[in-house]
Amino acid sequence: MTTLTINARLVSVAPGVTVAAAIAIAGSGVTRRSVGGELRAPLCGMGVCQECRVTINGRMHQLACQTLCRDGMQVVTGDSGAGA
Amino acid sequence: MKRYDILVIGAGPAGLAAAQAAIAQGKQVGIVDDNPLAGGQIWRGGPEQQSDLRARQLWEALQGKAEYLPQTRVLYAPAPGCVTVQTPATAPVIPAQAGIHAELNGAHSMDSRFRGNDAEVSANTLHYDHLILATGARERLLPFPGWTLPGVTGAGGLQALAKGGYPLQGKRVVVAGSGPLLLAVATTLRAKGAQVAAIVEQAGTPALARFAASLLATPSRLRQSLQLAAQLSGVPYLRNSYVRAAHGEHALRAVQIQRGGTSAAQTLECDYLACGYGLLPNVELAQALGCEIAARGAQNVVAVDEWQRTSMDRIYCAGEGTGVGGVDLALVEGRIAGLAASGRQAEARRLFRQRAHWQTFAQWLEKTFALRPELRALAKDDTIVCRCEDVCHGELRAYTTWRSAKLQTRCGMGPCQGRICGGATELLYGWRPDAARLPVAPARIASIID
Repeated sequence: MTTLTINARLVSVAPGVTVAAAIAIAGSGVTRRSVGGELRAPLCGMGVCQECRVTINGRMHQLACQTLCRDGMQVVTGDSGAGA
Repeated sequence: MKRYDILVIGAGPAGLAAAQAAIAQGKQVGIVDDNPLAGGQIWRGGPEQQSDLRARQLWEALQGKAEYLPQTRVLYAPAPGCVTVQTPATAPVIPAQAGIHAELNGAHSMDSRFRGNDAEVSANTLHYDHLILATGARERLLPFPGWTLPGVTGAGGLQALAKGGYPLQGKRVVVAGSGPLLLAVATTLRAKGAQVAAIVEQAGTPALARFAASLLATPSRLRQSLQLAAQLSGVPYLRNSYVRAAHGEHALRAVQIQRGGTSAAQTLECDYLACGYGLLPNVELAQALGCEIAARGAQNVVAVDEWQRTSMDRIYCAGEGTGVGGVDLALVEGRIAGLAASGRQAEARRLFRQRAHWQTFAQWLEKTFALRPELRALAKDDTIVCRCEDVCHGELRAYTTWRSAKLQTRCGMGPCQGRICGGATELLYGWRPDAARLPVAPARIASIID
């Protein structure tokens, strides 16, 4: 299993699972807030729509659907109250 | 700086077929793809994992021969004959000698070798003698009330997410939109434990019946369709029907479906709505490189000649970028491009008949699943059309061109660069997107300035 944190909560997932999937496994699946404040979750699943942008290891605007989970990864979503 | 005889952009069926054809001629080949694993969308999760034998054979043929750069996005062309790409520092470059197979057999092997700081990103310039674009397609997603709710995804979108481990066990899913992809999506979702409440197809019964009859002339597709039908037994297939709206407060709860021939709408409760209206070729990179783009039916496609050559010298295009046609057409186009770029025109010519066969099939598909006019009238004034900038239909419908709407409302100015709303605004308002925006993908400033 691969263990990472999503909004500071530990989550363990099987190898090969994307960050987008880990966010859905851990909770609501919400990845960001839109410019108008709406909650958003992945839409296209293939790196086009940019709805799944999250902060990974301190770097903003990473695509959760195109990133595989790794041990020790720190993911912060846009509905955490901590930015992204 | 790196140099290749042939550089292939996209590791889906067309790209892999092109690479394999070129390697067989002794060419030095590089393959770039923005996904973590090769295979494109149809073989998502890695070609070696697919039941399609062609995927495994192509992948096997590339072992130890092509250089593969995953998680790599082309940004722009600094000069003719080269492209600048951006790669996370943790993404592996798999040199030809190492063998792709050994390195990419699972996420584990990547993890152990390439543990590092994801925050670092590197840019690199790749030089080529010939460039083959195999950038595939994306889904056409159309706005309707509630389509921005979490839980509403593309049809192929939810399939792709499911292949990446998205949790669907026991979830109620409505699959909707148009095209044969809906059946494949429903099959995947069911295999992942989802309860598919219904498949909602906007095409009418007569068109579907004519298409079913045409499958008799294409035995491999007929077999595939019958297999899918068997796997989907018990799932209602609602023809001549479409999703009017999605409901829920912070997440999807139910969808409202319009059944053709009746005035009443039906409500289905569900956790996910996977809704996509066919595919659109990804032409932006070709456009940015100066290649001519042509309007064909409801698609904008990269214009190519019989050798899959674009209007730009030494640049080829194969697969969905030249017009949506599915995996069989992509494979033969990729092969033709790979051979032609390697100077093997005689061998390429032998594949023309096969290509023509699948092109005919593709035309049938497009005709059968042509979108009904009611879909243009789903968005209300307060329905968001541009999801990046939250621009609503009411703000947009007064404009006559894409450019004026962009300038006044920021529609299409967000990070997706109009790739999602562009397909919708073309259908809703008849706008044609203008020049591709550079860099082709969101980039770090350091990737451009360095």
